[in-house]
Amino acid sequence: MTRKRRRLTILLLALLSLGTATALVLSAFDDNLVFFYSPTKLKAAELPPERLVRVGGLVLPGSVEKGPGSRVAFAITDNAAEVAVVYEGILPDLFREGQGVVAQGRLEPGGRFRAVEVLAKHDENYMPPEVAEALKESGEWRPAEGSDPKAGYATQ
Amino acid sequence: MSDLARPPAGSALHRFASPARFLRLAGSLQPWLAGGTLLCLGVGLYLALFGSPADYQQGETVRIMYVHVPAAWMALFVYLCIALASASLLVWRHPLAGLVAKASAPLGAAFTFLALATGSLWGKPMWGTWWEWDGRMTSVLILFFLYLGLIALTNAFESPERGQRASAVLALVGVVNLPIIKFSVDWWNTLHQPASVMRLDGPTIDPSMLWPLLIMAAGFTFYYLWVMLLRVRGELVEARLRALQRLETEGR
Amino acid sequence: MGGIESFLGMGGYAAFVWPAYLLAAAVMGGFWAVSRAELKRRERQLQELEQRGGGRRRRRAEGPGGQVPR
Repeated sequence: MTRKRRRLTILLLALLSLGTATALVLSAFDDNLVFFYSPTKLKAAELPPERLVRVGGLVLPGSVEKGPGSRVAFAITDNAAEVAVVYEGILPDLFREGQGVVAQGRLEPGGRFRAVEVLAKHDENYMPPEVAEALKESGEWRPAEGSDPKAGYATQ
Repeated sequence: MSDLARPPAGSALHRFASPARFLRLAGSLQPWLAGGTLLCLGVGLYLALFGSPADYQQGETVRIMYVHVPAAWMALFVYLCIALASASLLVWRHPLAGLVAKASAPLGAAFTFLALATGSLWGKPMWGTWWEWDGRMTSVLILFFLYLGLIALTNAFESPERGQRASAVLALVGVVNLPIIKFSVDWWNTLHQPASVMRLDGPTIDPSMLWPLLIMAAGFTFYYLWVMLLRVRGELVEARLRALQRLETEGR
Repeated sequence: MGGIESFLGMGGYAAFVWPAYLLAAAVMGGFWAVSRAELKRRERQLQELEQRGGGRRRRRAEGPGGQVPR
């Protein structure tokens, strides 16, 4: 019995120290694990203009201008700051005003973001269209869920 | 080595430690597990493909969820089972635990592969990309390589016990990856959205989509238990075979 | 006919939805089939060996209480 208990103690101690070490490493690399910057963070970060970065947030309603050709201009907002984006290429099917997007590209000296790739991000809500309609009509559409900023955009 | 084969005396696990007893139990469970798998997957597939609505944002692609999410849950669940079996192998030297871990690892790898592949098929039309190195996807890919490592390590030794013990150690080290996968979407900005079902304030999926998902997940769980027991039986027969062959060569 | 076509079309996403289901069916079905075939093959092998080996050896191989020898 004592041998078993000793093995169990060793195992638990090993797991505990492994967990602690991992937590320390992860918190040390926290900034590098971020997939995208929010507009607020991007402006604060003062990145060199040649650096390829991702900026994520919501497509500002009313900001989308299409053309000429496949050129699209829109603004990404985190409800605190916004970044003007220009992009030439194919947009994902989910791209629409008010929708979460992540754009990869470079910040030009004028403050405009030239994207080379635009990805759509969706939230964790799933429902049939009729339910979404009914929620909007009854005013039960809660901004905390819905297509409004979720933790990732607003706080980072 | 001699205490390996001996069931731990006085332990509650003692009853199942004997392979003969285990084989009887597995044999009587098998039809129920097979029936549960077929029933749940049958009903689940009907609901997923016919009996559930399209999503208000994602349209018909939401149907990929009914295979993607159960596969991803199983990828985590199977790893958890392997970790528990590994702990009981290392601490209590439970003879069947090593076989359960060995039989589960390829299944876990298959589920992880399915989660990654179906996620890719879902990500392309919705996000606009097959793959991105965000926190969720990267940590699940690491899980896939962990499974491959477990399979390789189990078979890397001449003696099966040593292989099982070595891979049990790796399995326990890899446990730190599980909370990372689960909380990656909350800790870091990821392309992948946060949890929809396993969250403190309740699911954010409409019931008409949640039910098919849960039934599919039950089907996947039954499938895992069914095929895992099948594989453990195979391992036990293999052990008998090896022992008999050894006796034959010695007796000659 | 239009109903079936629109079902198979998956709102234009057929090229993504159906491969996901087919892949899952192939992987899970294949995995079950391989595992079962392996069990049957080993059971056949064991049966042959036991018939060849005779009673005394078999009892020794099973060990006391039906233990699997290691």
